[in-house]
Amino acid sequence: MLSRVASSIYWLNRYIERAENYARFVEVNLNLTLDLPRGTAEQWEPLVATTGDHESFLHRYEKATKETVIQFLLADAANANSILSCLVAARENARSVREVISADMWEQVNRFYLMVRDAVSKGLSSHNLHPFLLDVKANSHLFLGITDATMSHSEGWHFARLGRLLERADKTSRILDVKYFMLLPTVTEVGTPFDIIQWSALLKSASALEMYYRRFGRISPDDVAAFLVLDSTFPRAIRYCLIKSEDSLHAISGSEHGAYQNQAEKRLGRLRARLDFADVEDCIADGLHEFVDHFQVQLNDVGDSVVETFFAPRPIHSTIPVMETQ
Amino acid sequence: MKLSAYDPGEFYDELYEGQGQPRPGSTVLLRKLASLPEGELKKRQEAAERVILNMGMTFGVSGSDHGHEQIFPLDIVPRIVVSSEWEHIESGLRQRMRALNFFIDDVYHDQKIIKDGVVPSELLHSGKGFLPPCIGLNPPRGIWCHIAGIDLVRIGDGRYYVLEDNARCPSGVAYVLEARQVMKRTFPELFETYRVRPVDGYPSHLLETLRSLSDLPDPTIVILTPGIFNSAYYEHSLLAQKMGIELVEASDLVVVDGFVHMRTTKGSQRVDVIYRRINDDYLDPLAFRPDSVLGVPGLMESYKRGRVALANAPGTGVSDDKAIYAYVPKIINYYLAEEPILPNVPTYVCSDRRDRTYVLEHLEQLVVKATNEAGGYGMMIGPHASKQEREDCARRIEADPRNYIAQPTLALSRVPTLVEDHLEGRHVDLRPYVLYGRDIYVLPGGMTRVALRKGSLVVNSSQGGGNKDTWVLS
Repeated sequence: MLSRVASSIYWLNRYIERAENYARFVEVNLNLTLDLPRGTAEQWEPLVATTGDHESFLHRYEKATKETVIQFLLADAANANSILSCLVAARENARSVREVISADMWEQVNRFYLMVRDAVSKGLSSHNLHPFLLDVKANSHLFLGITDATMSHSEGWHFARLGRLLERADKTSRILDVKYFMLLPTVTEVGTPFDIIQWSALLKSASALEMYYRRFGRISPDDVAAFLVLDSTFPRAIRYCLIKSEDSLHAISGSEHGAYQNQAEKRLGRLRARLDFADVEDCIADGLHEFVDHFQVQLNDVGDSVVETFFAPRPIHSTIPVMETQ
Repeated sequence: MKLSAYDPGEFYDELYEGQGQPRPGSTVLLRKLASLPEGELKKRQEAAERVILNMGMTFGVSGSDHGHEQIFPLDIVPRIVVSSEWEHIESGLRQRMRALNFFIDDVYHDQKIIKDGVVPSELLHSGKGFLPPCIGLNPPRGIWCHIAGIDLVRIGDGRYYVLEDNARCPSGVAYVLEARQVMKRTFPELFETYRVRPVDGYPSHLLETLRSLSDLPDPTIVILTPGIFNSAYYEHSLLAQKMGIELVEASDLVVVDGFVHMRTTKGSQRVDVIYRRINDDYLDPLAFRPDSVLGVPGLMESYKRGRVALANAPGTGVSDDKAIYAYVPKIINYYLAEEPILPNVPTYVCSDRRDRTYVLEHLEQLVVKATNEAGGYGMMIGPHASKQEREDCARRIEADPRNYIAQPTLALSRVPTLVEDHLEGRHVDLRPYVLYGRDIYVLPGGMTRVALRKGSLVVNSSQGGGNKDTWVLS
């Protein structure tokens, strides 16, 4: 597979997954603020902080209100990570590999893009925000389903899954972080029913509530962290994402599990092994936020080495001595 | 819907012999349209447009800033060509394709046609399409132009004429393939009654043609595109998809040890045949334009040594120069000792002094075209131009006569076209596609380009033109 093509498939899937998760970010915040006691000010700035684009936000907006944050995260063409920008980028990537993906995949990316573009140009406000977020999630799921059902599960598909799951691992960690930034009315509220409502809202935003109940039965902060970080079967849990990413990486390179051929496999293998042998105490010993922060740095390194290993144009060296003269 | 009000007017109408009188072959279509309830045709047109939008069937326009892409308008009233007519067209295209290839091979070798005084030497050597680096090259089986799009027009006398040859990188075939898909959804009932010859075979014929350029049993074939910002990018990716081959950009290719390779996730892989959709002068910065970033350094050298095949071969532009076009009837006669089956449109070559004087005196009746341009750029339509535009044109001709030809303003035939809720005649041309591998294949159909603006004669997509499906009946 052409390096450029592999790169486009990888980024196409990262951008679609990112758009879906931005919808989840906004959703979790909407849910959390709805549950706040009356009279408590809505908190939107923490959401921007969790995306990592705080600086760029402050550059462009004076104050973090519901309106400005939603504009920034969903509809701002100048924010490279907004849902609109993600769809523009996803579509451009899809357009450059149309011959490799199925026609159904392309049409779904295109429809998804047109839906977002039209919604943004009509304007997003309180009354249509929720249906829009649902649409974004549904369109992303549809794309994933079409990909699984219509693309050969060979190298290109593995690059698609790799991109999607590395992105998802990062975003799930950030969804967990929203709770860290979201201040409770008072410190004494920790562990109260109110705190519990927030944790379940968070699970809901990760589409994890039902699966969580089946495993733990009742909400406790530690169990939520354990589930979203360490579960090996829930598809939005970080460890699941790493396990499947690693499977794809090995399917691409052909090397065995437990061994590595390149920097990407080495780094991802180490990170996955750390979670394999971690329990919830390891995650929260120094604070969940610190754990998440550290994890994101290491995951970025994995992403960098995927780009370096497979996509960066490397010089191709001559295999025979140049003896020809004209 | 009521069709009785449709007026074919003074032009040749492709579907009507006269008001209310369908041509043979069009009766069923027109009866069907007449049977539709008022507003239904418009509904189907809108449904077709939605399909096109969702498919992302677009073209880019240079200089437009709407994300570079526009939907290519498709009018859902088809053009119909009956089989006897098509046989005539097809034999004319085969003849022309053979003659053009003999001509190209000759001008890069012995130049017999020049020595025999049939084509003037200065006309050949002053053309931008003539590439000295190609002199003496021997592409597989002596065929240079494997893929051509030859534009035809029909005028008042009911005959088809060749308007121009496109022997470099003709585009548009993707719209033919996609328009047919949309039309099958739009008029499924008509496809059941009519025997419309299918166009879906084009990609496999193209693949066969490209395979014929290599002696290897299973050559690696790629399409080379300038990239997603090229106006025909949609077509490049569609053809790659339908042939199951890689679509590459120049940066994906590298010449190592004299062979062309593509960069893959598992190292480099040799490439044997390139269907290139990049113009000659951008192919290789070492051989042609040193500033080209679209090209592959070393590609020409590899090609000259026969280590990679290119379709079309570099240098085919010599044959579709609009001044050389005027000589194609003589070229056919010279190499094949046959009379042209499809005549040329009378053409005045401005580098000829007598022709030039005539052109300058009759600008208000003529269409002036730049010899080396395509896409309707550099064109002046005398009867529609202002006095100022005609004067500017005259100055350009005097400054560089070699770069201009002129033709009479043709009364192009028309096809009924949906305008709001009723049909009106709009002018069309026809671009059929011809492939030349082991033998010659002519796609039964082609792109009927339609000037959607009332009275307009310019059918180019970049200038407000649209597309119609062309139904060749069997």
